[in-house]
Amino acid sequence: MNRVIGSEIIREIELSQMKSNLPAIHPGDTVKVFAKIIEGGKERIQAYEGTVIKRRGSGVGETITVRRTFQGVGVERTFPLHSPRIDRIDVMREGDVRRAKLYYLRERQGKATRIKEKERRVVK
Amino acid sequence: MLGLIGRKLGMTQVFDPQGQVVPVSVIQAGPCTVTQIKTMASEGYNALQIGFGDSKTKHLTKGQQGHLEKAGKLLRTLREFRFEGVEGYQIGQELKADLFTEGQLVDVIGTSIGKGFAGMMKRHHSGRGPMAHGSKFHRHPGSIGAGTTPGRVYKGASMPGHLGNERTTVRRLQVIRVDVEKNVMLIKGAIPGAEGGLILIRPAVKVGK
Repeated sequence: MNRVIGSEIIREIELSQMKSNLPAIHPGDTVKVFAKIIEGGKERIQAYEGTVIKRRGSGVGETITVRRTFQGVGVERTFPLHSPRIDRIDVMREGDVRRAKLYYLRERQGKATRIKEKERRVVK
Repeated sequence: MLGLIGRKLGMTQVFDPQGQVVPVSVIQAGPCTVTQIKTMASEGYNALQIGFGDSKTKHLTKGQQGHLEKAGKLLRTLREFRFEGVEGYQIGQELKADLFTEGQLVDVIGTSIGKGFAGMMKRHHSGRGPMAHGSKFHRHPGSIGAGTTPGRVYKGASMPGHLGNERTTVRRLQVIRVDVEKNVMLIKGAIPGAEGGLILIRPAVKVGK
């Protein structure tokens, strides 16, 4: 049994759990995450909107961290992209940023946290 | 209790019914073949010898080939499991991953990754001295005992030396999934050894609590 066969079996296990309908999400984008929440035995969907400040991992383990300011307090939530608890993710606005991890947003407030919107390339 | 011989394939993660992430080790568990049945009458103890992995005639001695003839298969690894009630098995019988069920607790035995000659900090988790401010005491072992009394270093004092590459058992790991068709098992948590390493899986010896 070599490494290659093992990695194929693992890839199969991972692929069977992965979602194929995820939109393209990049750091700087404003997204709305619809997370399923179990509350008192009932399941409901809660939306969480904010800026993607990082995307890490690969395969089933891939996650995004979404930051928003709520009542003057910065809140960051990390979502596993392929989790069954995530109903869907909508990209509300594509941001134009020059780095992969937007940790600098943590030191900024209000107007300084604005991100330029990405110019859509016009397809002729 | 009867267990299986297998190989560690690697690690990944799965989602449980609640949607929580569970870290799992992926194991190729069997198929194993019964090669010898040891009984109280003939060997003085009850045990089942099982084999795993394909081999070739050129890799086996004539003695090994003769031993495996009854099982009807050339096997690479042979291991023994001692337990009562070996009479129900036959030589040549195939053992599959369905020996284990989902949710069961198992022990996994393997050879830990070799770390070579390791210092006190890595091998015994001792503390470190200051790295700056004129200190020349960085990763050293420090004191290994008292002075004139007792006048010697006690046996068993922790010191630098070889770390890893030894038989290691991780007890009470939960079986998350069993794929009988492929003989693949997912076990919660980390198991000893590198990917591709030989491991033994057996039902947990200490259950309860």
